[in-house]
Amino acid sequence: MSSPARSAGEVGRSATARQVLTADDLSRAVTRLAHELLEANKGPQGLVLLGIRTRGVPLAWRINEAIRQIEGAEVPTGAVDVTLYRDDLQHRGPLPLGQTEFPCPVDGRVAVLVDDVLYTGRTIRAAMEAVLEFGRPSAIRLVALVDRGHRELPIRADHVGKNLPTATDQRVSVTLAEVDGADGVFISTNSRGGDSEGGG
Amino acid sequence: MRHLISIRDLDADDITRILDTAEEFTTPAGEPARKYPTLRTRTVCNLFLEDSTRTRISFDIAAKRLSADVINFSAKGSSVSKGESFKDTALTLDAMGIDAVVIRSASAGAPLLLSHYLDVPVLNAGDGWHQHPTQALLDLFTIRQHFGRLDDLHVAIVGDVLHSRVARSVIEGVTAMGARVTLVAPDTLLPPSLAPWDVEITTDLDALLPELDVVYLLRVQRERMSSGFFPSSREYARFWGMNVERLARMKDRAVVLHPGPMNRGVEITADVADSDAALVTDQVANGVAVRMACLYLLLGSGEPQQEAA
Repeated sequence: MSSPARSAGEVGRSATARQVLTADDLSRAVTRLAHELLEANKGPQGLVLLGIRTRGVPLAWRINEAIRQIEGAEVPTGAVDVTLYRDDLQHRGPLPLGQTEFPCPVDGRVAVLVDDVLYTGRTIRAAMEAVLEFGRPSAIRLVALVDRGHRELPIRADHVGKNLPTATDQRVSVTLAEVDGADGVFISTNSRGGDSEGGG
Repeated sequence: MRHLISIRDLDADDITRILDTAEEFTTPAGEPARKYPTLRTRTVCNLFLEDSTRTRISFDIAAKRLSADVINFSAKGSSVSKGESFKDTALTLDAMGIDAVVIRSASAGAPLLLSHYLDVPVLNAGDGWHQHPTQALLDLFTIRQHFGRLDDLHVAIVGDVLHSRVARSVIEGVTAMGARVTLVAPDTLLPPSLAPWDVEITTDLDALLPELDVVYLLRVQRERMSSGFFPSSREYARFWGMNVERLARMKDRAVVLHPGPMNRGVEITADVADSDAALVTDQVANGVAVRMACLYLLLGSGEPQQEAA
């Protein structure tokens, strides 16, 4: 009952948390992101969606589903685990590893990274390194459901579901039905500061 | 987990954590091996004071796939052959800013002693007759990969248990994971006391075959023959060697493991060694993934408060 996934949802629903996106808002944002992606790429050809673990993966599959409904096309979809590419291993200790699954070679394709919260940009840097280690995509694009600011690297998202100005002591939690039981985006003030999700 | 000296230091959860981590480092069939930047800027020293080919190369590849710098230090041609003491060698390495030491030594206890001199993780790559923990972990990984589990299996360890660090580590690893172990060996090749181990003993391999899931063959060290531990390699093969007739009497899914290097015709016949039941090449391939997992878990914990196991 007290799995990490569940407790993330609990944080979102705690008394101090304010809901900034409802399940319906989130669903509309995903649909819009799919449309934006298709417009920028002039169709689904050559795309490969790569969700960043943990919550980027179900988001990537939802965008995959939205593209199927819009265009009737199947976009290869996979997952990237950035743990081995992080720059803070020595400070955080060895985190459990997740699987990195590339659905097809990325060479010559447009690799679209999908993440829930864009924060410092360090997770994205690590994900880019993972993709480039695997192959040479013609481009790497970034889709983030929420951009909360406070970048520490020169990285920006190509498509953002919701821009959310925050203070560094606030915490943004995205909950998804696949992981947490329900959809929503919450903001809360964390006395310890920072986002313990890893500051993507 | 600060060092990896003995399997006995690990409980079932630690072992599972290492095997699960190694799972992520295995290369899917048909794909080139991936290289990770994880240990960039870290230096691993392979301190091999006893000859070894496969273990040293396996650790070397594992460290390099994680982008660590590797220094290979062997006894031959080094200050050790000039009579430098073990302690001074350790202090020299420490002073040069090494981040981990992988040590192979003919002296049981050398890795433990080294861990007292150094602040960095020490990984035992085999010490005397004592322990060879990464060998046991890669064997457990290979068995789990084949059966999907480790508990509720019956493993026979056949041969020279007395002189084998591999046997000691494998016995402790396999029993820690809840499998049943039977030692099959002539009395001359068993240690005088089996006290800490929960194992059964027999000299009759043939009677045991139908109920085994795994036959783990230990290498016959030829130099033992002249010391009268057993009469001849032919007689050894007749009583304890694995051949196709014996393989045929085992369960359909049963497998044969061997830590290498194999003496074909003594503890294993060539047709068994080349059969699908022999997982010897899987063991070697999995060795790299398991050693990557050990390096990742030991070198990853920089801050003491991050200590998870």
